[in-house]
Amino acid sequence: MYEGAIQDLIDELGRLPGVGPKSAQRIAFYLLSADAADVKRLSTALDRVKELVRFCTTCFNVTESEQCRICRDPRRSDDVLCVVEESKDVVAIEKTGEFRGRYHVLGGAINPLEGIGPDNLRIRELMARLGTGTVRELILATDPTTEGEATATYLALLVKPMGITVTRLASGLPVGGDLEYADEITLGRAFEGRRRV
Amino acid sequence: MSGYRRQLYRDDAVVLRVQKIGESDRVITLLTRRHGRVRAVAKGVRRTTSRFGARLEPFGHVDVQVAQGRTLHTVAQVEGIDLYGKRFIDDYPRYTAASAIAETAERLTPIEEEPSLRLFLLTLGALRALAGGERAGPLVLDAYLLRAMGVAGWAPALTECAVCGTPGRHRSFSVPAGGAVCPDCRPPGAARPAPVTLDLMAALASGDWSIADAAEPAARRECSGLVAAHLQWHLERGLRSLPLVDRGATAPAARGGGSATPAHEQERA
Repeated sequence: MYEGAIQDLIDELGRLPGVGPKSAQRIAFYLLSADAADVKRLSTALDRVKELVRFCTTCFNVTESEQCRICRDPRRSDDVLCVVEESKDVVAIEKTGEFRGRYHVLGGAINPLEGIGPDNLRIRELMARLGTGTVRELILATDPTTEGEATATYLALLVKPMGITVTRLASGLPVGGDLEYADEITLGRAFEGRRRV
Repeated sequence: MSGYRRQLYRDDAVVLRVQKIGESDRVITLLTRRHGRVRAVAKGVRRTTSRFGARLEPFGHVDVQVAQGRTLHTVAQVEGIDLYGKRFIDDYPRYTAASAIAETAERLTPIEEEPSLRLFLLTLGALRALAGGERAGPLVLDAYLLRAMGVAGWAPALTECAVCGTPGRHRSFSVPAGGAVCPDCRPPGAARPAPVTLDLMAALASGDWSIADAAEPAARRECSGLVAAHLQWHLERGLRSLPLVDRGATAPAARGGGSATPAHEQERA
């Protein structure tokens, strides 16, 4: 047990996800011995992220202004909407360069075991966006986990009666991998989703 | 690890819960046949290259090899026996019911690695019945909750007075008293459920599905309320998943038939 500021720092770092007491201590002593300018940059970045970053009022992606860069971009298609669980999923999809529509960030997936139901996600806001009538296709890009799939099923049931095409991201084999190493569930999904060439 | 080999054991288990940890790992809560409730880290399962991540999704019945650790164990290998989770993902009400079953099993095994074979078999049977789709999901859930309370020693008295033991079909139900109560023992505030509701509860507890399947929606709703109240009274803390159970579909649904009614559009029981 240390005293004062160093113990406070260890305690605060230890509250971060994935940082245990030993790691918190290691980081705290690294910061203590680091260059003062480097530590100042880190503390400024922490201050700025809480001060400036907020959720986009349209899609709930993280942004520093009222609307995120994607929602402000007039070149993007308004008729295709991609639903993701978290902001980091937007980044992953953007890296593909394949999608030119808009996004909607739910803020998680339906997980009754964690007490997360439909009312805890931004489903009401999604329905309001779909109600404007501009969206023709809704792409459900939730994680391929039980929770993500159940969330996609729930959303499909809500949205299909509105006459909007609802699609789900394909599941299958990773590019560059050997077929023999694929697990039976992924391989089964790949067979289900096979396409004509 | 030099000179020290971690002890390995193999068991079959139901996956109750998965939680993210670190960069790409998950903590898997398993209800095993011989080792009770076990928490183990499954390393790298969130990566798309994981060879067994798909087998460790919730509600699956798996054959697992666990390496014992000082704090958390590690999943060394896993094979799927019957992965029920994939049958619930197309059916939202059954997914929510399966979640309530898993949470109940977890809460009824407060001590890790204390074997509970009856609860394991009951949980496995409930998930199998739910996946089979032959019975209405809410009935399977209520039957599971009633029998799980029986395993825990809190079975509600349904065919005799919970206070004096007088046999009979009593009209009042008191959660603090422990079930149905006779007119002489009826405490203030005891519920007065319909007689068919108590008959339904008794049928679910004993596995008389001919009575259970024929029950009217009103009796099913009242039964679910009493079962939930009785369970949560004894657990001393609410189940997080129980209020989120979608009881919209009362008729048995074909597997993957998508009979769900979104919870936004229906009254929750």
